[in-house]
Amino acid sequence: MTPEELHKVAETELESRQQIDHTLCVCTAAGCVSTHSDKVKEALEKEIEKHGLKEKCKVKGVGCMGLCMAGPLVSVERTGALYQMVKAEDAAAIVENLGKPPVQRLLCDTAQPFFSRQKKIVLENSGVVDAERIEEYIAAKGYEALLEALTSMNPAQVIEQVTKSGLRGRGGAGFPTGLKWGTVAKARGDRKFVICNADEGDPGAFMDRSVLESDPHRVLEGMAVGGYAVGASQGYIYVRAEYPLAVKRLKDAIKQAERLGLLGHSIFGTTFSFNIEVRLGAGAFVCGEETALIASVEGKRGQPRPRPPFPAERGLWNSPTLINNVETFANIPPIIRNGGEWFAGIGTEKGKGTKVFALAGRVNNTGLIEVPMGVTLREIIFDIGGGIPDGKKFKAVQTGGPSGGCIPEQFLDMPVDYESLAKAGSIMGSGGMIVMDETSCMVDVAKFFMEFCMTESCGKCVPCRVGTKQMYQLLCKISDGTATAADQVMLEELCDVVKNTSLCGLGMTAPNPVLSTLRYFRDEFMAHIHDRRCPAGVCKIGKEQVATV
Amino acid sequence: MNPSAQKTLSVKTLQIDGKDVSAREDQTILDVARENGIFIPTLCNLDGLTPIGACRICLVEVKGARRLLPACITQVQDNMEVFTNSETLVKYRKMILELLFAERNHVCSVCVANGHCELQSMAQKLGVDHIRYPYLYPKLSVDASHDRFAADHNRCILCQRCVRVCDEIEGAHTWDTMGRGTSAQVITDLNQPWGTSETCTSCGKCVQVCPTGTLFEKGRASGEMTKREFLPYLTLMREERE
Amino acid sequence: MSKARIATIWLDGCSGCHMSFLDIDERLIELADKIELVYSPLVDAKEYPENVDVVLCEGAVSNEDDLKKILKVRARTKILVSLGDCAVNSNVPSMRNPFGVEAVCHRAYIENAQLNQQIPNQVIPQLLKRARPIHECVKVDVFVPGCPPSADSIYYVVSELLAGRMPDTASKTRFGA
Repeated sequence: MTPEELHKVAETELESRQQIDHTLCVCTAAGCVSTHSDKVKEALEKEIEKHGLKEKCKVKGVGCMGLCMAGPLVSVERTGALYQMVKAEDAAAIVENLGKPPVQRLLCDTAQPFFSRQKKIVLENSGVVDAERIEEYIAAKGYEALLEALTSMNPAQVIEQVTKSGLRGRGGAGFPTGLKWGTVAKARGDRKFVICNADEGDPGAFMDRSVLESDPHRVLEGMAVGGYAVGASQGYIYVRAEYPLAVKRLKDAIKQAERLGLLGHSIFGTTFSFNIEVRLGAGAFVCGEETALIASVEGKRGQPRPRPPFPAERGLWNSPTLINNVETFANIPPIIRNGGEWFAGIGTEKGKGTKVFALAGRVNNTGLIEVPMGVTLREIIFDIGGGIPDGKKFKAVQTGGPSGGCIPEQFLDMPVDYESLAKAGSIMGSGGMIVMDETSCMVDVAKFFMEFCMTESCGKCVPCRVGTKQMYQLLCKISDGTATAADQVMLEELCDVVKNTSLCGLGMTAPNPVLSTLRYFRDEFMAHIHDRRCPAGVCKIGKEQVATV
Repeated sequence: MNPSAQKTLSVKTLQIDGKDVSAREDQTILDVARENGIFIPTLCNLDGLTPIGACRICLVEVKGARRLLPACITQVQDNMEVFTNSETLVKYRKMILELLFAERNHVCSVCVANGHCELQSMAQKLGVDHIRYPYLYPKLSVDASHDRFAADHNRCILCQRCVRVCDEIEGAHTWDTMGRGTSAQVITDLNQPWGTSETCTSCGKCVQVCPTGTLFEKGRASGEMTKREFLPYLTLMREERE
Repeated sequence: MSKARIATIWLDGCSGCHMSFLDIDERLIELADKIELVYSPLVDAKEYPENVDVVLCEGAVSNEDDLKKILKVRARTKILVSLGDCAVNSNVPSMRNPFGVEAVCHRAYIENAQLNQQIPNQVIPQLLKRARPIHECVKVDVFVPGCPPSADSIYYVVSELLAGRMPDTASKTRFGA
């Protein structure tokens, strides 16, 4: 493909849109599919055919529109009307009202803060383009960043833009992306690799899934730019097999890109070649840890190894490897298109750009959001999230999954970025955000996450393997009202040893949910231990003491 | 450059427990400590096998490092300041050992390795005289299907020495690990009885490297359970041949 | 100087630790000048007395009776010594723990019994769910691992305690020794 051909594809696509009067966009990402948006799409197509509007009206499947709790969502292109909780039976009404005022009873208020307070960079195409058609992505400036990088920048200039942007790894740890790219570029090796970590495993997190389902080409483009910058010609996307829709769309997207010559040999007629393969994870959380992921891609048992050496130096098949998360790669095309300085102008001093969060739990607007770094938790939960349902009181928000922590009310006005969340005893993590109200018991929450870490520990190092099990058993004792003060001392001691001696990030951060709940909700632990009482009424504490002997 | 010329290795100087020592750049902290008579306890590590840093017993403090580092796998650097025996390290090592004892059913008195067990002697060396954590008492099997050897999983600490020696030295890769967390277990072939393994060469190297009484020779009394140190010799001969 | 009030008790163990204690041989005579053996399987006292200075406890806590005993012993004793592996880590008695009481009793009294197959439920104390080391039930002051601990190490421990020092057992004995 030549640059001219790329632009031709975009033009043809835009022209063909001119022929259509009305386009109905139905969300076909996993959230809405689970509420049967596929049936809605079918019904709409039938209805259009029935009215003989096939030439003038089109129904297209698009990616996630964000407000998952109101799904299935259908939007009308151009008028911008958004219908919520659409059923197949509503198809007739929607089609009949095309070109007329929208159907009032189905209308979703798009002026509400959930929509107006977001800023979309990673999700700019989500809910807009058809994820299954590369032409739509190209029409939305897709692959222009790759074109620009390959034809008018050298690898050092690409890295310079990424460095300037201030982008930091979106997988959780927040390592500066430009620095990582520079390191891999400098590392010596006959061959190098690019890996996209799409092994999203945190409970309640679905950012990467949505990006892959809604806009897969963006990730491929980001990876290809990365490959050019560091000197790699082979990329792997490691996706969990529990994301069948994402896997399908990725595989299709790779095929389409190869067909158009946007992946493969001498892209845009340059000497740069880049191929991408999909690798499926078999459901081990630990494979989200980069060294375990690499072992898994190599076909070995997915367990981590000590770092250093870091993958940038010795990764896949002992070659220098660039490994970034889905959202990180998804940020790359706009950074290259608009320049690093543009990106650096968004967000805070130390946290540039936006962050995608999966909002879940006891909050009115559950769904997928993207906000600039530095907005407060209060804005996210109460403005965008619409507050707590049923007039209940906010208690805490859990960020960062099993590696993160629970942040209490007093930090609600804290701006969200890597440093502030860490200071509050949690982490940014990959973007899972679980809101809890007064009906949640923090001991129970800590127990839930510890059980997760215990069952997901790979078993290689002793403190993580056995320590998480011992901690889980102690938390069980606390929650069923049979623990003593000595048990609590032992729990805190175990937190210390597991945190400081475990081999990989999973073990090192496994105590975080316990440490942060102990830090802010110690009184709840005390109530369980000393008064044999669960203040939230969640834990079942028997009347008679369970015999521990 | 003469292709047959040996790759030159630079020499680093560092401090271990306040003692000035020198080392080749490809040496680990553990190598250098041992050369200088500084004791760092180890369990999963065995000379001649690739270190994996799994047991965490050999963790040391390195000035300026954010985390504790496993001595068995961390390479020396110039001006490194290493501390092998701080109060915190001693505390952590004891706790890790206690976690190991609590994990499976280690009954030293009736174990065939009694008196020749690295776990047992490590407990004595580190002053672990009782286990504070509740014992987990998992129900585990004994595989006695092999003619000459047996595997008692009650005694396994998952050091993966058997897995490594079988793969790296014997080249059979009969042993591997399955399962996650405390359900992890070493297995022969795809979790088939050892006696039916088609890849096992019955060389017995795994038995020789097992630090506990997990892998043992049948028909031997505990007094006869001494291990042969064949790995240093094997690796030396191989290196010379290369 | 008044003699130290010493006791020994025997929970779920094989009595090997008591045998090892007797193995200190002629040193017993020297000890006899310094101690008064106020309660022991080796003497006649039927009730565990108050104000015991040191008790050597052999065996794991395996049944209801053991548990009652050790609670009483702890309440009436200044220094409690876990003597031997059964007391320290429940050792051989714990080998039933992975299987559960029911399965173990069934194997012992039904499957492997030729005559009068029945699980006893009278007169003898009921087994606890698990055999446990003493320190999981009450506070223990000194741990002396070993199966059994050697006579020398027992003599060392007693001598140190009589001299008012806490013995360091790591150099003398170990699990399974």
